[in-house]
Amino acid sequence: MSPNLRIAFRFLTAKKRAMFMSLSCTVLGVGLFIVTQATTSGFERFFTKTILGINGAVRIEDKIQDTMRSMAAAGASDSYFAQREGVKYIEGVEEALLIAEAVREFANVRGVSAVVRGNVQITSALKTEDAQIFGIKIEDHVRVSDLAEQITRGKLDDFRDSPSGALLGRVLADRLQLVVGDSFVLTSRGQSRRVHVAAIYETGYREVDKSNIYLQIGEARSLLRRPAGATFLQVSLFDPSRAPQDAAKMEQVLGHGAKPWQEREKTWLAVFRALRVSTMITVSVFTLIASLAMFNTLAMIVLEKTKDIAILRSMGYERRDITQIFLWQAGIVLAIGAMAGALLGAGVTWLVGQVPLPINGIFKTDRFIVTWDPNHYLAAIATAVVMVMVASLIPARRAARLEPGDIVRGTAQ
Amino acid sequence: MSLAPSSIAGELALRCTGLHRHLGQGEGRVHVLKGVSFEARRGQVYAIVGPSGCGKSTLLYLLGLLDQPDQGQIEINGKLMSNHDDVARTAARGEHIGFVFQFHFLMLEFTALENVMMPMRKLGRLPQAAMTARAHDLLEAVGLGTKTHRLGTQLSGGEQQRVAVARALANQPAILLADEPTGNLDAKNSGVVFDLLTRLAKEQGQAIVLVTHNAEIAQRCDFTRPMRDGLFI
Repeated sequence: MSPNLRIAFRFLTAKKRAMFMSLSCTVLGVGLFIVTQATTSGFERFFTKTILGINGAVRIEDKIQDTMRSMAAAGASDSYFAQREGVKYIEGVEEALLIAEAVREFANVRGVSAVVRGNVQITSALKTEDAQIFGIKIEDHVRVSDLAEQITRGKLDDFRDSPSGALLGRVLADRLQLVVGDSFVLTSRGQSRRVHVAAIYETGYREVDKSNIYLQIGEARSLLRRPAGATFLQVSLFDPSRAPQDAAKMEQVLGHGAKPWQEREKTWLAVFRALRVSTMITVSVFTLIASLAMFNTLAMIVLEKTKDIAILRSMGYERRDITQIFLWQAGIVLAIGAMAGALLGAGVTWLVGQVPLPINGIFKTDRFIVTWDPNHYLAAIATAVVMVMVASLIPARRAARLEPGDIVRGTAQ
Repeated sequence: MSLAPSSIAGELALRCTGLHRHLGQGEGRVHVLKGVSFEARRGQVYAIVGPSGCGKSTLLYLLGLLDQPDQGQIEINGKLMSNHDDVARTAARGEHIGFVFQFHFLMLEFTALENVMMPMRKLGRLPQAAMTARAHDLLEAVGLGTKTHRLGTQLSGGEQQRVAVARALANQPAILLADEPTGNLDAKNSGVVFDLLTRLAKEQGQAIVLVTHNAEIAQRCDFTRPMRDGLFI
């Protein structure tokens, strides 16, 4: 053990009560930081998982019309530059199979599913509701969604094997009082078709569960009178966090609009981010108090230990040794506080994870969602380290600036 | 007990020439030292005496490199130190100078043994076992061999000052500076501490410079240098 660390350990005992206060605040600051981050990011990640399980990571939609080329073809005019950046779209993906093949060539792509979407009216024996149908090829779609895991009643195989089978959201099925095996009528553009409930799914996202009906793609094409192409391609990625980069590349290469999930859900993601930052700021108050307490404690120790500082300086201890001795004290309290705070944070996070909390709306859960992320622990400790060490620097430097001659002369007189 | 050979006795350990020092600021600024010159050789004991405020302690702190002169030079072991930066002067203090103050200045959270080891730990020349052995020897030499593990608060004033003497000698410095080392002790303890200081320092070949008001102590030194108004008389 270095002499400075040894001295720091002993000096710590000089102000036990004040040091205990600093330690307690550090423990609380680190612990609560971890808990709040674990809960807020827990819900955010669960929401993200739900969204990716429904809509995939990237959606390739309308074809981009090259306005510049059409303008150039039309001949130069005064308004050429004003319209240069204008982008027009041709609705849908006409060459769905070719585009899907091209998308599969991207390294990060896990699966692609062509979807035909349209508005319909759904009529059961009791009621009529507006809904949206999604024509899918189930083998492709289970690779880009969590549909297989979202089935709550019935079997996905029944949907796969039956051309007139439909997958209904749980909320819609309840509203129409439909159960597996019941039949109902879908109406679109003056055409009607009778299908039956092959299975019922639940994503937890209420808007989806009350309006989305999945059909075999052939049935959907027939009902919507769309013999070819797709409304969009749903793409899943091995690493969804890279969706914006992949989407930008796809857009450039394929000439179709490509939206990453981060852009589609930016409103909710912004809400979660704001929540996370606001709780981080609130909880950091504890760490701020810890740093102020540490400042106060060290300032008191400096006042009390001026003679010791003088004797250390007379024995050959340099100014930087004195600074180190005081920073070590803060470091020791920080180390103990960070460890105890991390344990407290982990314990409380576990306890919070057991709290029953039914939520249904943008996702479905029956208890508090928490995440176990080492980054939360690192961030909590880093915040405490920065705040406490910065606060400790002032008294430590003040101690180092003391002139031993002045101290001894003052005492001797 | 002999902790080191005294074959270096007589060598010049310390020399200062033309030291000036002002203290205070503005109208309160006082010219405390007015061109003091002094030298000390190893194995000799020097007493600086004089009335309060004549500049004795100020001179001692300058010689100990705890303070810097406004003018003049200080050489330690033949090396000019007064114009060096704080780091070099601090290193020189640790290596060549030992201090004993009037108010012992023990670090009270540490035991007697740890206090004595403190300067050795900083200098870092000896391994742990050798440092412990030397600290034990020094405490034995000052008569505290049975109290090595007592905290500063568990020792009497005289015992604390003896620990301070042992600590000052820990790194075998060339120079031992003592500011009223017996000023806070009764007559019996004063004699004990002075005897220890001079005996051990002479055994190890240190130059001892002490500031004292005690005439009896001053008479027992090899040289007495009276001061008045910032100058040696």
